[in-house]
Amino acid sequence: MIFTLKIWRQKNASDKGGLVTYKAEDISPDSSFFEMLDQLNQQLIAKGEDPVAFDHDCREGICGTCSLYINGRPHGPLKGTTTCQLHMRSFRNGETIYVEPWRCGAFPVIKDLIVDRSAFDKIIQAGGYVSVNSGGIPDANTIPVPKPDADAAFDAAACIGCGACVASCPNASAMLFVGAKVSHLALLPQGRVEAEHRVQKMVATMDSLGFGNCSNTYACEAECPKEIAVTNIARMNREFLAAKIFAEKEKQISFTL
Amino acid sequence: MINLNAGAPKAPLAEQWSSYKANCRLVNPNNKRKLDIIVVGTGLAGASAAATLGQLGYNVKSFCYQDTPRRAHSIAAQGGINAAKNYQNDGDNVFRLFYDTIKGGDYRARESNVYRLASISPEIIDLCVAQGVPFAREYGGLLANRSFGGTQVSRTFYARGQTGQQLLIGAYSALSRQIAAGSVKLYNRRDVLDIVIVDGKARGVIVRNLVTGEIERHSAHAVVLATGGYGNVFYLSTNAMGSNVTPAWSAYKKGALFANPCFTQIHPTCIPVHGEFQSKLTLMSESLRNDGRIWVPKAKEDVEQLRQKKITPEQIHESKRDYYLERRYPAFGNLVPRDVASRAAKERCDEGYGVGSSGRAVFLDFSDSINRLGADAISARYGNLFQMYERIVDDNPYQTPMMIYPAVHYTMGGLWVDYELMTTVPGLYSIGECNFSDHGANRLGASALMQGLADGYFVLPYTISAYLSNEIHTPPIQTTLPEFHTAVHDVNDRLSQLKGTKGKTSVDHFHKTLGKIMWEYCGMSRSESGLQKALGLIGELKADFASDVSIPGGMKEYNPELEKAWRVQDFIELGDLMVRDALERKESCGGHFREESQTPDGEALRNDEQFAHVAAWEFKGDGASPVRHREELRFDTVKPSQRSYK
Repeated sequence: MIFTLKIWRQKNASDKGGLVTYKAEDISPDSSFFEMLDQLNQQLIAKGEDPVAFDHDCREGICGTCSLYINGRPHGPLKGTTTCQLHMRSFRNGETIYVEPWRCGAFPVIKDLIVDRSAFDKIIQAGGYVSVNSGGIPDANTIPVPKPDADAAFDAAACIGCGACVASCPNASAMLFVGAKVSHLALLPQGRVEAEHRVQKMVATMDSLGFGNCSNTYACEAECPKEIAVTNIARMNREFLAAKIFAEKEKQISFTL
Repeated sequence: MINLNAGAPKAPLAEQWSSYKANCRLVNPNNKRKLDIIVVGTGLAGASAAATLGQLGYNVKSFCYQDTPRRAHSIAAQGGINAAKNYQNDGDNVFRLFYDTIKGGDYRARESNVYRLASISPEIIDLCVAQGVPFAREYGGLLANRSFGGTQVSRTFYARGQTGQQLLIGAYSALSRQIAAGSVKLYNRRDVLDIVIVDGKARGVIVRNLVTGEIERHSAHAVVLATGGYGNVFYLSTNAMGSNVTPAWSAYKKGALFANPCFTQIHPTCIPVHGEFQSKLTLMSESLRNDGRIWVPKAKEDVEQLRQKKITPEQIHESKRDYYLERRYPAFGNLVPRDVASRAAKERCDEGYGVGSSGRAVFLDFSDSINRLGADAISARYGNLFQMYERIVDDNPYQTPMMIYPAVHYTMGGLWVDYELMTTVPGLYSIGECNFSDHGANRLGASALMQGLADGYFVLPYTISAYLSNEIHTPPIQTTLPEFHTAVHDVNDRLSQLKGTKGKTSVDHFHKTLGKIMWEYCGMSRSESGLQKALGLIGELKADFASDVSIPGGMKEYNPELEKAWRVQDFIELGDLMVRDALERKESCGGHFREESQTPDGEALRNDEQFAHVAAWEFKGDGASPVRHREELRFDTVKPSQRSYK
């Protein structure tokens, strides 16, 4: 197969950057999108040019390292699929493909197609965990969890932290990412203990990092490679509201005491 | 000859670890915060270790090459994690898990370490559940189990086909909590290029910041390597693209012995190779073998027709299929251990019965299970795997059998460590896949996650305190020491040399060439003549690389080609050591088959008389031959027997 590629090239964070046109020839339909870029890079190296830098690691759709807008869509045209699991058979022979990095203030470009997503780590550090130490833990089966809850928690926990939700959102909101983590832990008895504090801290951190708000376009769910549902955002909002009310009540009680 | 003594406590096997913990020297909390520890790698072993050490009060510096710790390749483990919980009441216990691991490792692992691993396993599940890891559950709300390649009990805990991901997120969240608390400082997008030794002790690392290209110095009272395996020496493997041996290799060159480098595991159920530009192989969890039956056609005419796509596999009548695992190993059938299943697939393909366009594939067929249990039940068990398969191959496994072929998946070899997980360099520890200790010559399914977390959460935090209790009077290590200057100088020299080569050939080309040599001569099946040939080829490749590698871009910027060049240069040297190790091990055992050592009916023949030992290699300088040391293995509890799955 043959493709015309319009790829965003940007030397570093301060460079202005722009689209550069390349030809990719002799591509197997069974090649993955990254194998196609590998092939292009081998050609560039042979010519002594700087290869295109892009983020990738496991290439099996689970580590969440890969990103890219492909023809304007995060992770390309296939539903529920990361860029690394996208194959060239999903494109028309001779097609022109636009390849760009995530566009979001909270994810600055490092080089070419690579962005810095450490804002996500900061949100998790604000409370995306259960505060347990590795000692004196009771037997695992002392905490029964209804199967539907465990399954729903798993569905939320399947998030790979790639940032497609932010990239797809017109407001660059991280609500789906945060909602997924809040839901994962709020649905389990282990996570309930700190649920009120967790949701408040995570939401506050998300706001402070420059992510936008949610205006219910549902683009995040549509583009999420793990198909995380927007109901997780609803659950987060409910948790957040309950936490606010609960916090008020707690204050009153401590006051009267 | 270095005397390799594991130093397990003198106590009956079952009491060794409790005896160790009872007598272990501790560090008081006031002193802990004066002690620095570097942990390299943030997979299950590294993240769990860094989180626990931070929780204990040490100053931890955590390094990873990825953009965030959550990407480490433990995330890709699918099948599950073993634990001797006996929740199913099917006869499991610590001893049985220990026994299975020793036997599965083909009697090339150390009893003391393996027993400790088995005894810790139940605690891991408790902790992970408390962290919120969403393991599979029964309708009663309690945890579910499944049986997994090579065992007769159901002791594997799992989270759909994403167990590694969920466990890693658990460890990552524990690590994040410590980062927020200030006890762990994270250094992401960093490659550790050298280990600094001061007065014989590991005291720091030299690091390249992958974004800026700056060379940084970091010091500590102890250094922990949790950098995973070296399967990418084969170029095509199930490892992540960035997985590399570099930190472990620099430890080897600084005096840590490298044990059993030729022990690599070939996983039987991967998606077959499609072509020359293939960049990696994708594993399909071996849990699939619980419900899938493996076969190839009995007749070569059928093979030919299949390859030309004149018939489909479903059209081949039951009587014309060769379910070769069930035929050869009636007791275990499709659930034989990984090495046996892989070798049997290769044997059929070598004989010309392989299917797929390349002839390097066998069928994994679910039609019987779908007929028996229904498509819904199969979908509940393997839905995401079937989806993944369809996405890559463009075939629907509900309708037509999957095609699979073995691929390099895990490396049992690694840095030699003692009972305390310390290498032969004082203060330098190695945990998880990075060390050699627990899996012998072959790892059982669902045991890697168990080992990584056991080392990080429960073993290292004790054993490192024994060492650090002698370091409480050592002030923070200064990075201005001459040893740091020398190490930085060496790193800069090598980088300039690489960049200055100005050859014509890309790094990937060398990597692919190395991979082909290793797969052909040092893969599943090895022979004296093949290995000798490989030694010559690797020597030539090393020289070609030094004179002809081409690396575009600059040194002080984000430069993935420069990163890869350094890693591939290390892989070439490692390849040489693997071949030397394979040459010396003139027996078939575990994950590898030595053609000169087989039974009359072609099964692997182990040689306990001569090879019941760990081979640990000592670096003697560039150009000099490394020296092979031995740690004799004693089997006081489990009597070695020839494995039989018939």
